[in-house]
Amino acid sequence: MKKIIELKGVSKSFDGQLVLDHIDLDIYDNEFLTLLGPSGCGKTTTLRIIGGFETADEGEVIFMGEEISSVPPHKRNVNTVFQRYALFPHLNVFENVAFPLREKKVPKAEIDQRVNEMLSLVALKGFEKRSVTSLSGGQQQRVAIARALVGRPKVLLLDEPLAALDLKLRKDMQQELKNIQKATGITFIFVTHDQEEALSMSDTVVVMSEGRIQQIGTPIDIYNEPKNAFVADFIGESNIVDGVMLRDRRVSFSGHVFDCVDEGFEPKEPVDVVIRPEDVDIVPEEKGMLRGVVTSVTFLGVHYEIIVDIDGFKWMIQTTDFVDVDEHIGLYIEPEAIHIMKKSEYSGMFGDYSSFSMELDEIGELEQIEELGELTEEPEKEGESEG
Amino acid sequence: MKKKASGSLALVQRLALAPYSVWSVLFIVVPLIFVAYYAFTDLQFHFTTDNITRFFTATSVVADEAGTREVHTYLLIFMRSLKLAVISTVICLLFGYPFAYLISKASERTQSVLITLIMIPMWMNFLIRTYAWMTILQDTGIFNGFLSMLGLGRIHIIGTESAVVIGMVYDYFPYMILPIYSVMAKMDVKLIEAARDLGCNGAGVLRRVIWPLSLPGVISGVTMVLIPSISTFYISQKLGNGKFYLIGDAIEGQYTANNLHFAAAIAFILMVILLFGMAFMQRFANKRTAV
Repeated sequence: MKKIIELKGVSKSFDGQLVLDHIDLDIYDNEFLTLLGPSGCGKTTTLRIIGGFETADEGEVIFMGEEISSVPPHKRNVNTVFQRYALFPHLNVFENVAFPLREKKVPKAEIDQRVNEMLSLVALKGFEKRSVTSLSGGQQQRVAIARALVGRPKVLLLDEPLAALDLKLRKDMQQELKNIQKATGITFIFVTHDQEEALSMSDTVVVMSEGRIQQIGTPIDIYNEPKNAFVADFIGESNIVDGVMLRDRRVSFSGHVFDCVDEGFEPKEPVDVVIRPEDVDIVPEEKGMLRGVVTSVTFLGVHYEIIVDIDGFKWMIQTTDFVDVDEHIGLYIEPEAIHIMKKSEYSGMFGDYSSFSMELDEIGELEQIEELGELTEEPEKEGESEG
Repeated sequence: MKKKASGSLALVQRLALAPYSVWSVLFIVVPLIFVAYYAFTDLQFHFTTDNITRFFTATSVVADEAGTREVHTYLLIFMRSLKLAVISTVICLLFGYPFAYLISKASERTQSVLITLIMIPMWMNFLIRTYAWMTILQDTGIFNGFLSMLGLGRIHIIGTESAVVIGMVYDYFPYMILPIYSVMAKMDVKLIEAARDLGCNGAGVLRRVIWPLSLPGVISGVTMVLIPSISTFYISQKLGNGKFYLIGDAIEGQYTANNLHFAAAIAFILMVILLFGMAFMQRFANKRTAV
């Protein structure tokens, strides 16, 4: 595979605030790459640097072997689908899509042919004369995609293009974008904060946080082999507990020694252990490797989401078996379900569901107190209920 | 319940509008009816179209460098008013448009400072402003004093068409800037980025996105400068030394000479022409923005 874009040590600050901290990233031809992270992680800034709307303070941006930091946006072979589409309200659908071709003075017959081709690609045939302001969100989105693709860019940048659509439409558009990317063979760089969207569409996912790249990999790698607690927590649900690597394939955590499949750590090295909620089996208490008490059960349709208190650490488990609150259960964990990570700056910040359940408890208590207050009005009685 | 609430809201709205309705009937609608009534009557208040016909047919003899000839008095005056008004409007647009663009691109603080600076002259009476320009433009005025100080020699401005145009431009410049600025300030920056992304350089962005989207502001700016400068009368008397008799001066002249009926006829014709002009521009504006 051919490298199409290389970012080398790219940094950017706004008003003294470091937004990108020495980013290194290679993007390959014909790839669907997603920049994923919470808001403020630098993903949109990275996209804008590639598009030419921002200039990096430091580092190099290389496009097909050429340094392009000083090339203005209109001379880059890159087009953007903007977050809120940014369609031209004074032009109809046809003229919006024809916009870049008219700028390049493409002959009229070719404009007609290429615009029509694009409109059929995004299933908007027959909408040529419509005003863009009369279209639905999904249709405007399609016009924006057609307009960005008609100039045949090498790379298409998409800045949270689906964020404004409702759930059903978003799912359809995800599939459609993926199909368009395959059909055109253009490299897509897609920015999103929605991890599900990132996993379902991408060839490569780049997880970002605080201006740094945390991990680059395929969706499966990112999910199964997160590099640190941030990635494990941000992608899907994770129980992250402190552990000690005893030797290769042996790890101790939560007062029990487990077999696992990870190697290459120092003996006695402290590590973070990740167990996904769907990878834990519930067994009778006496047969469990770990034992705990169920503190909450939520029915989510496909499965139950239960919180289990194991020596004060709250685990999340997804199961199709029904268990009741206050029930004592045992947990069984397969060696393949255990993923070991090196300690990082994010250790101890994520992966404990006690805050999750405590929040719920606190809200419950507050409601109780309010109810009591309303019923009694007298301060003494409130004091009694607290005591 | 809901219906009652909206009904009482409508009542409140109507009550709030009442003073304005009374005001506009008393001071806009009634005077207009009077203008039309006077325009179509003679001194005995009998119906006549003579006043209107006089506007189009009255002639007078002019003698200047080009020789002596007979001209249609009021048509000539109207065309002269139109010419000076169009020149002033074009100058206002040429300077106002880039200025409005620059203001809309400035920081929010700078924007409000600049807009206030533009509005401050509007708080002063326009007669006073016109007098100020007399002192500036006189042969021995501030401007010529400045020129001779620089050793550039004096130029004669006062009493020329240029002086009248300067006065008009100065007086109506804010009315060009403000509507254009308000359209530009609301323009989505993403549209400009999108145009750059799709291959436009700076000039292309201006021509293909900023200009068409700011057109409604341009049209209202042009309307707000062109119409008052066609009908203005004081500026030409003071800065043109009375040499450039404009349609507004004609109305004022007939009025002060106590020819109320003919003054009303000129005003009425001017009003009809301007109404048609505005309707045409509005059509044009709708067409450009409705695509």
